[in-house]
Amino acid sequence: MTQWIDACATDEIDEEDLIRFDHGAQTFAIYHSPEGDFYATAGLCSHENVHLCDGLVMGHLIECPKHNGQFDYRTGEAKRAPVCVNLRTFPVKVEGGRVFIEVA
Amino acid sequence: MEREFYLGAITEDTMTRRNYSLLGPDGARAVETGLAAAEWYHTEVPRKVMKDLMKRSDAPAIRDTIILYGCMILFAGLGIALWPSWWSAPFWLAYGVLYGSAMDSRWHECGHGTAFKTPWMNTVVYEIASLMMMRNSATWRWSHARHHTDTYIVGRDPEIAVMRPPVLFKLIGNFFGIFDAWAALSRMAYNAFLGVHPEEKTFVPQSEWPKVVKVARIYVLIYAATITLAIWMHSILPLMVIGLPRLYGAWHHVMTGLLQHGGLADNVTDHRLNSRTVYMNPISRFIYWNMNYHVEHHMFPMVPYHALPRLHETIRHDLPAPNRSIGAGFAEMWPALIRQLRYEDFFIKRELPATAKPYREEFHAEAPVGGTVAA
Ligand code: FES
Repeated sequence: MTQWIDACATDEIDEEDLIRFDHGAQTFAIYHSPEGDFYATAGLCSHENVHLCDGLVMGHLIECPKHNGQFDYRTGEAKRAPVCVNLRTFPVKVEGGRVFIEVA
Repeated sequence: MEREFYLGAITEDTMTRRNYSLLGPDGARAVETGLAAAEWYHTEVPRKVMKDLMKRSDAPAIRDTIILYGCMILFAGLGIALWPSWWSAPFWLAYGVLYGSAMDSRWHECGHGTAFKTPWMNTVVYEIASLMMMRNSATWRWSHARHHTDTYIVGRDPEIAVMRPPVLFKLIGNFFGIFDAWAALSRMAYNAFLGVHPEEKTFVPQSEWPKVVKVARIYVLIYAATITLAIWMHSILPLMVIGLPRLYGAWHHVMTGLLQHGGLADNVTDHRLNSRTVYMNPISRFIYWNMNYHVEHHMFPMVPYHALPRLHETIRHDLPAPNRSIGAGFAEMWPALIRQLRYEDFFIKRELPATAKPYREEFHAEAPVGGTVAA
């Protein structure tokens, strides 16, 4: 069963940046794009278990802090070696200045 | 300055024998114990400061690349014009060091994708530098990722420059690229004709294996064409331009490369214990692209080379004091390598400033007791 989780306030994430959000045993990365939109992906890199929250957002790419692998955080697509496996993405909605993500 | 060493009660009996094979027991043990792919220590840096340090830019790398390739064309041109006179020698030496050493750092930075902001610029320089350094551009991307995951973890890191006990004639021979280039050419031939080596299969994903073979075949073609041209011309001149500079110009990258980790700890998860920052003259820093800030680079590989001096200033309170020069670095490292000839477990442990957090040593519990030696 899926549910919408209140993750953070919109102003908690700078534009072109991300934060880490933990829920139960799961960890997520929530992004604020340069256009002002919000996205959510799995919080750990698919190459090795490294938190993406210490990485760098450039446009629509998140670069992993460990080996500089890159993903498009809108689709989760792996864009640059050494990442080969896509990231899982999660639906996001914004209501009343809060960011919600839909998790299973 | 006091430099602390672990030596204490090491005897031939208690000394560990390291097995550096990626298929050997040390690597397997590192995986079992959690030493492999562990979480490493890093200094706390506020997110805003780190974001600023990580910011990418094309300008510094475009400037440096124009200077680098401009100088290479100029020096090679003068070398060819004055060939075969001995007056050409200084120009070959200058060309050689840019080819056989500066290309090592360009390979490195562009492999990380941090040198330029624009991805294709990183790719172009990475491919040229890989060819010149005789490193398969497909394989080495993965080998270097492993070097960052498991820096100086025995049996896991494929890029350990100084194994213990050190083989000194090899280290010295590599100042002229002798063993390195031979190993690189053998591996190139292996990849081109037999495929991916079993050790490479431990860190290169299967999807990339065809690329490894393709790249090796392209390199073989380029080097074979250069050798053919040299035979046809009855002159080694073509090889002075392509191939041989990897030997006669290697000394600078070997000199700086040995300092990165030589004589320091292995099998730890704190880069302050196994990496060395050394202040260097501006020419060496240009050739080495600021990789003399090596602790900083390993702790934060996202920070581009041009921001490393700023990163150094930001975190130096948490790091051991850097060596003041290349000479000072060797004065610290070389005696330790000599000690390691007899005592494989010997290593240098630098003192931390009072402002630093203590070293992370949980994987080091079995090290022999420490002593202090004035350095
Ligand atoms: S852990 Fe993310 S690229 Fe390696």
